[in-house]
Amino acid sequence: MAAQSLRSFLTPALGKTVRAVARLRGGGSALPGKIVESVDPKFLARTLGQLPLGVMMVSGTNGKTTTTRIIAKTLENLGLKVFTNPTGSNFVRGVVSSLIPLVDARGRIDADIAVLELDEAYAVHFVKQVKPRYALLLNVMRDQLDRFGEIDTTAGLLAHVAEATTGTLVLNREDRRIAALAKRTHAESVRYFGLEQNLLSSFPTDDELHAGDGESGETDPAGTPATVTAAASPSGSTRDFHSLPADVTLSGVHEHSAEFIMEGRTYSSEVKVSGIYNLFNAAAALAIVRAVMTQAQAAGTIAKAPSDEEMLKALSTVTPAFGRGETIDVNGTEVELVLVKNPAGFRLALTSFDATTADTMITINDEYADGRDMSWLWDVDFSSLRARGVEEVSGVRSWDMALRLGYDDVAVAQVEPDIPTAVDAFVTRHPGVHKRIYCTYTAMLGIRKHLAELTQVRDAGV
Amino acid sequence: MAEAVTMENSGISSVGDVGSVSGANDAGKRRIDVVSLYPRDMNIYGDSGNVLTITKRLACYGYEPVLHSYNQGDAWPANVDIVLGGGGQDSGQKKIQDDLETRAADLRALAEDGVPMLVVCGLYQLFGKYFETLDGYRIPGIGVFDAITIGRKQRLIGNIVEDSSDFGTIIGYENHSGQTFLRGGTEPLAQVSKGEGNNLDDSTEGARVGNVIGTYLHGSLLPKNPEIADFLIHRAAERRYGAFEPVITRERGAELGELDRFTNSARKVAQARPR
Repeated sequence: MAAQSLRSFLTPALGKTVRAVARLRGGGSALPGKIVESVDPKFLARTLGQLPLGVMMVSGTNGKTTTTRIIAKTLENLGLKVFTNPTGSNFVRGVVSSLIPLVDARGRIDADIAVLELDEAYAVHFVKQVKPRYALLLNVMRDQLDRFGEIDTTAGLLAHVAEATTGTLVLNREDRRIAALAKRTHAESVRYFGLEQNLLSSFPTDDELHAGDGESGETDPAGTPATVTAAASPSGSTRDFHSLPADVTLSGVHEHSAEFIMEGRTYSSEVKVSGIYNLFNAAAALAIVRAVMTQAQAAGTIAKAPSDEEMLKALSTVTPAFGRGETIDVNGTEVELVLVKNPAGFRLALTSFDATTADTMITINDEYADGRDMSWLWDVDFSSLRARGVEEVSGVRSWDMALRLGYDDVAVAQVEPDIPTAVDAFVTRHPGVHKRIYCTYTAMLGIRKHLAELTQVRDAGV
Repeated sequence: MAEAVTMENSGISSVGDVGSVSGANDAGKRRIDVVSLYPRDMNIYGDSGNVLTITKRLACYGYEPVLHSYNQGDAWPANVDIVLGGGGQDSGQKKIQDDLETRAADLRALAEDGVPMLVVCGLYQLFGKYFETLDGYRIPGIGVFDAITIGRKQRLIGNIVEDSSDFGTIIGYENHSGQTFLRGGTEPLAQVSKGEGNNLDDSTEGARVGNVIGTYLHGSLLPKNPEIADFLIHRAAERRYGAFEPVITRERGAELGELDRFTNSARKVAQARPR
């Protein structure tokens, strides 16, 4: 006990010292976490274990960052104190590093709940140390398979999170691999979020996306097998769980508003996030926020749980996360950045935005964080860009991207591998015309850095 | 600008940019029947790009590609000029295994008859004698290649570059845990210069018997290796029409030139990337 309290006292001091030194050296943000982990392996469990509403974990292939941000901001708007990990530190050591500066001399942090985004593989390590009270599992899609192997393996990683969750587990009923995890949990309650029937076709499941040409005779005219609708699965086997009752259902999507069904009532709300996939993330966020607020009242953290209407209002003002539909003004021209990481995400992004009203640029890198394998580009259908063509293709793998567009009959005005040169050419061509850049993770970092030299770019906390 | 690809079974056809309406009865139309094997379950890591490359290049050369998507239980097309098959997850391989056995004799006969085929990863393995899984269970293959595959724990993943006497430098991305060993009269497709290939014991990659090519390379393979795509097309045209005689419009020629330019640059970059 004495050693324990001594650690509680010493670890924060040590971590802060290391952090100060690391900053002087210009070192990475994970270094303090690394040192604290080695001298005090229980730091994470002990610090997060004190939170009155516990720990919430958000994982899945697509939408982790956006959803985590929506949840954290909504809970804050509803009066809770939230600890959340900054974008890009979705691994255990990153969480430790971001906790260190917030811990006081007695080893405590001033928060009601931790809302943490975790990469699927790191989530497994994390739940060995900390059991989440809440978990939200979004989807399993083919992403960076060079890291995880196969999609069934990825689902297996998330099963560890389901097994470790103690309180409320929230699952996507439209993803059969996620919905099936209900069988794997001992959580007190399992809840679902979902889509109305009419929106299902906008969200092909991974199986449908890879169903090839579907049944014979349903081949896309361009011979692009990535174009598949829900009809590819006549038995409905990839939507086994669609009939489950959902806590929150996304039922309508408009330019700046959306409709959600809760307890049989349809609510319409303005929203700051855009794109159908971000609105589905908002539905997921709403489902878990409802669970947290009910508990917060029971625990006495708040006097009275907010109504569904109040929760929706708290959610409506949340702005998009870094690079998830973020718009930057460059000398009067709106430049929108859209992060694409995998075929499903790229495909959804392409269907979410109107390609005929904006100039398009695509930037593809293949660094480790992007994924080395370029074959994913062939699982995306680019025919929606055919009408207006693509102005600029850049990044390390720009020629692979240009080749892909060539095979989809999409005209490419210019290929320029160097990102700053390509960005300069793109933002100055056709002044005033809305610009949209689809980019991989490290490409986005490069683009943001260069845009920051041209104009004021909001600090995204990375 | 959409491709003039006719869809068998559907009655759907599309108008090509050379103003032709596809249809089997059109005089002077030189149809090439392309079979995509099990696209529903064996279509991972962009292998669909191979189908797209073949149909687009056929159209550029003045042929009329007719794409047959063959999934389990479908009727087998009456005429087959090219067969393309991809990789799948373990679960996908299990789903198609029984159907593949019922098609084994047809596919072997077509292979012996000189029909050009490309099978990637999972279907490459099943075109061998058998696949022995980690727990010792043997999935029978159809034996077009004299090759066996043994499941291993380690996954061989990364950019790969290899050299072939027929096709020059071949570039792609491998991602497999089964290791394949060639026997008897089956020659490798290429010798690996960067990456692993068939197995960890020798430097071979892929297999070749007559006009049938098996390989572990995704990428997709054919867009960045048009030599192989054109080999399949040449053999198919020769077998069906006696010779490969491209009819290339000026517009199609420009398109092919643009694709070649992109391909050459993409190949250069890919070869220099880390594993």
